[in-house]
Formats: sequence, C-alpha cells, structure tokens
Amino acid sequence: MAKRVLLGAAAVLLVIAAAYASFFVAPEERTMGALQRIFYFHVSCAWAGLTAFSIGFLANLVYVWKRKEKYDWLGVSCAEVGVAFTTVVLISGPIWAKPAWGIYWTWDARLTSTFILWLLYISYLLLRTLIEEPDRRALLSALFGIFAFIDVPIVFGAIRWWRTQHPAPVIMGGPNSGLAPGMRGTFFFAVFAMHILMWFLIAERYSLEKMRNDVELLRQEAEAT
Amino acid sequence: MGLLSNAAALLGKEVRTEFRSRELLSTTIVFVLIVVVLFSFTFDPTANESHRFGPGLLWLAFLFAASLMLQPCFLREQVNDTLSALRLAVSDPFAIFLAKIGANTLFLLLTELLMLPVFAALFNVSFRGQWPGILLTFFLGSLGISIAGTALAAISAQARMRELLLPLLLLPLLAPILVASTEVTVGLMGPEPFMQWKGIGFLAVFDVVFLTALWLFGEYLLEE
Amino acid sequence: MAAAAEPSIGLRFEKVDKRYGAVYALRNLTLAIAPGECVALAGRNGSGKTTLLRIASCLTRPTRGTLSFSGVTENQNPRAGFVAHAAMVYDELTAEENLLFFAKLLGVADRRRLVHELLCEVGLAERKDSLVRTFSRGMRQRVAIARALLANPSLLLFDEPATGLDPEATSWLTGQLRELRDSGCTIVMSLHGESQVARLATRAVRLDAGSVVADTRSGATFQSVFTFAGA
Repeated sequence: MAKRVLLGAAAVLLVIAAAYASFFVAPEERTMGALQRIFYFHVSCAWAGLTAFSIGFLANLVYVWKRKEKYDWLGVSCAEVGVAFTTVVLISGPIWAKPAWGIYWTWDARLTSTFILWLLYISYLLLRTLIEEPDRRALLSALFGIFAFIDVPIVFGAIRWWRTQHPAPVIMGGPNSGLAPGMRGTFFFAVFAMHILMWFLIAERYSLEKMRNDVELLRQEAEAT
Repeated sequence: MGLLSNAAALLGKEVRTEFRSRELLSTTIVFVLIVVVLFSFTFDPTANESHRFGPGLLWLAFLFAASLMLQPCFLREQVNDTLSALRLAVSDPFAIFLAKIGANTLFLLLTELLMLPVFAALFNVSFRGQWPGILLTFFLGSLGISIAGTALAAISAQARMRELLLPLLLLPLLAPILVASTEVTVGLMGPEPFMQWKGIGFLAVFDVVFLTALWLFGEYLLEE
Repeated sequence: MAAAAEPSIGLRFEKVDKRYGAVYALRNLTLAIAPGECVALAGRNGSGKTTLLRIASCLTRPTRGTLSFSGVTENQNPRAGFVAHAAMVYDELTAEENLLFFAKLLGVADRRRLVHELLCEVGLAERKDSLVRTFSRGMRQRVAIARALLANPSLLLFDEPATGLDPEATSWLTGQLRELRDSGCTIVMSLHGESQVARLATRAVRLDAGSVVADTRSGATFQSVFTFAGA
C-alpha cells in the first residue's frame, strides 16, 4: 500500500516538475515560440502510450500461452492506459497544429497510425464489454489485441509509402531531429515523468481489476451457499 | 486426412452449399451495388474526381460489404453446433480457417468482378485491357480481407452485438488494404495504366503476415 | 454392426477441474473408465455431465487436472464418436451429403459404401436425399448417430441421447446401443433417469456439483445412483 502511494506521489511530482521544466527551463523555440512547448507534453504522452500498448501486447501473448488471469488484468490495464495517453495525443496534436500550420489534421503516416491504433484499442475495450464469461473474454480479447498490435506497423508502412504528398510534421518528426541541447534534457525528463505516470496508472488499474475479480468470486461463492 | 485435403473438402462443401442457395452472394452483390450507386449519386463526380476518388469509394464499398458478408461464416456453424463436428473430424483446426478463407475470398472476388463494370459505367472510368492486373489486385486484396475477416468473425461470433461488432473490429484493421488496393487500382485506371508492383507486394505481405498469425493462434479462436 | 476395429479405449480423469469464470462445472473429478465399459452418467441439470463428455471428446480442455486415454496411439486423441444435444449436422445438406462430407474429412475408406450401410442401419435409407432441415428430432438423432459411427470409433459418448425421442425411436436407440456395447466399444452416456437405455449400462456413476458422488463400482446400487436423477 505504501509503495503505491509512493509511486503515485512520485508520478504526480515528476509530471509537475516536467511541466515546470517545459515552461520555464527549456529554451524558447525560434520559429514557433511558446506554442512549441506543448511538444514535450504531446510527444512524451505518445511514447508512454506506445509503451503501454507494447507491454499490453506482451501480456496478451503470455496470456494466450499461460492462461493465468493476471496477464489478462495486465492486458486490459495497459490497453486502457494506452488509450488514455493516445487520446491526449490526438487532442493535443491538433491544438498545436492549427496555430502552427493552419490545419487541425492531416493523414500522414504517424497521425494515421496513431488514430488507427486508438480505434483498434477502443474496439478491444468494447469487445471486452460484449463477452460475459471471463475466460472467453480474456482469451478472445488477447487474440484480438495481438492482431491489432501487429496491424499498426503495417498501417504505418502503408501510409508512409503512399501518402507522401501530405507534409509530415517536420519539427515533431523524430524528437532528435533538431532538438537543441537545452531542449533535449527537458524532453527526456518529460518522457521519464510520463512513463512513471504510466506505470502508476497501469498498477492502479491492475489492482482495481484484481479487486473486481476477487469481489466477483466472493459474490458467486455467497450466491452458491 | 492432411491439412490441405481437409481444407479442400471443407471448401468444396462451403462453395457447393452457397451455390445451391446463393443467398450470401446475392445479398452481398446487391449491397455493393447499392453502396456504389449511392456514392456515385451523392458525389456526382467529374472525370477528374472520378479518377481520384473512384477507386477509394469502390474499395470502401467492398470493405463494407465484406464486413457484413463475413459474419455468417461462423454463425452458421453455431446453428446445430456443426463447428464441434468439424473440430472432431479434422486433423488440424487450421483447415477450417483455410477453407473458410478460401470460400470467402472466392465470394468476395466474384462480387467485386461483377461490380466492376457497374462502377466503371457510373464513374466513367475505364480499365482498358488491364484484366490481369485487376484480377491480381482484387485477389490479393480480397484474400487479405478474408483472412482478417474470418479470424475476427470467429471472435465476434462468440460475443454479443455481433452484427455491429465485426465491422467495428474489422474496418480499422483493414486500413492498410484499403490504402494499398486503392493506390494500385488508381494506377490501373485511365489513359495510361500501369502496374504498381510496390502495392501488390505490400498486399502480399499483409496476407502472409495475417495468415501466419492465424496459423499460430487459430486453434485458440475455436476453443471452447 | 462390425466389432470395434481397434482395441477398446479406457479413460482416466485425474482431479479434473473445469471452471467458467468463478463457476466450477467440474470440481476435482476423478474417474477411471475401463475399456469396454458401458457407463451411465446420472445427475441433475448442471451437475457436470455435459462438461465431462465434452472434455472426454477433446472438444474442451480441463482447467486443471488431466484426462488420459489407454489404448490410443495417435497422441492421445481417441477420435471419439460424440452424439450431443445438438445434432451437429448441416440443415442445408441431405442426410447422405452430410455423412459423405464428414466421412471425407475423417479420411474413411470406401465412404460411399459405408455411408450407404450406416444409413440402412439407422433406418434412413429412404430419406437419404432429404434435407436435414426437414427431419424430426428423432431422425436428426439417427443422422447424428450415423455421423458418430463413421470412423468406427472405439469410444462413444452420448449426451442425453433419448431426450425428445418417442417410444419407438427410444426402442430403436436402445437396440443400437446394445449392439455397440456388445461389440466392445467403450460407451459413456449421460442420462436423466432410470430407463430402458439406462439398463444397458454395466456401471452407473452419479455426478453432483461437478464431482462423483456415487458409483456402482464402489458398491452403490443402480437404483440409488439414479434416485433424484430427474430434472
């Protein structure tokens, strides 16, 4: 219990520190000015989301192999946290893009795959609500999760090959392309902070799922007697 | 009985059954027709627009149709629990998937080829002598749709809201097919048609990746 | 009907659990069935009879514990003949087409002749070209039994085979089961009550809440196993 509180506190503090660093420590960007600061937030969320989905993918694979319910709990926790972070990415992106480029959205490789990724995991979560029996639900959603995850790089590849007429976000294109040294520190700190937050959220969601499962077991035992 | 002979026997039965009643084919063909007609009617494209947007709309129509047409392939097996009978009779459960993928690809392909003249007429495009290219593209695209669709149909058949669920799961997953097939089809249209081999290769890769994934995980999809 | 081609098959359930979420369909089930035995499974609805049969047929796997077979070569799958609640045949095919199709999948030799023989055995020779969709429950049961017998199995599993059958069909079923039993097949059948079918059994086992609670092999009488066995 103490560990969880500690993790939560650390996460909150780190995110606040990262926000502070983004606004006050990092140097101002030459062309876009203050607007660019959203970048630290936006990209670190994107990375945390991807990490969450990747861990979820591994959890799905292990579940199909071992059939231990804790991997199912981990899978759904990662999916939900991943969706949360990706939602933030999909909202913060257009907020930056409109003043910077004049358009909210474009179908370039990265944005498209992010959107499809988001849609697929929303479908994953929806699928889970539509299967009642817990073992079936765990297995089928794990299998769908696996198919969904392997699809995303394919989507990315497809768009990158064919939709090159859309301008790729050049400055956000690869955080190390054109990051001044002062920015680099803030950036990686933000990434670190978001990952700690991600870890905390996944852990909390996992305990919640475990608790739900325990309550359900107790309830059914009570009903049986 | 080996994997391939089992799959062939099952495929034979699926095709024979369908050609007896033709209910799946007829409803799918009419559906694609309606969608293509509505697209043409709604957008009323100029020649330029037809060339740019036409193939995309065509493949979108195919995708919508497929997400509805693929639903029965496992629902049918629930009626008298024939899926259990199949699982008991075949040596490798992957044969069941291979057969259904084969059947679905065939039905999709037939639908698409029948719809192509209608599309060409409504959108005023021509595919001058590009039949080999068209066939290859439609085949690889339909195969990809069938592979992913059959796998997901096995999942959605075990959930509630299955009629809406399959399109929901399938359509985002097939985004790469939509893009690649559209691009190749655009290339095959109009006054200077050419074959975009990059796209064909891409479709083939998609098909191989998902077929492999299905081969690895298919038996778990059918588990009780 | 010819004698079972291969030596009879025995089954052994060892501490088998089958869990669906928090519900235990089978709980710590231990049961050994000797080759050639004809076992009647009794028990209320929900006692685990169907689950036990589905595990025995290898359609479902236990959550915990093991099921092993004796007298089987091909990596522990006995290719049992299974007659379940559902007929497991295609409505849109004829009786003959159904049997030919499954015979083909099973790799049965000389299938046309075998299917013809089976159709005569089960009394459906005249209706072989009718779609199964048009069949009564009793006739579907006959097709299902023919289907189960296609690969000449040494292990037969029946899930409440007499349900929904009229007295004539039940007599016919009893005759079929008697022949199969006498030819050396191992038979496991779940039943609702003591009936003419039940009396064919050489052993009766009662399940309750997923475990074995009575067994004629351990001294219980047939009658006591079937008491309160009605739904």
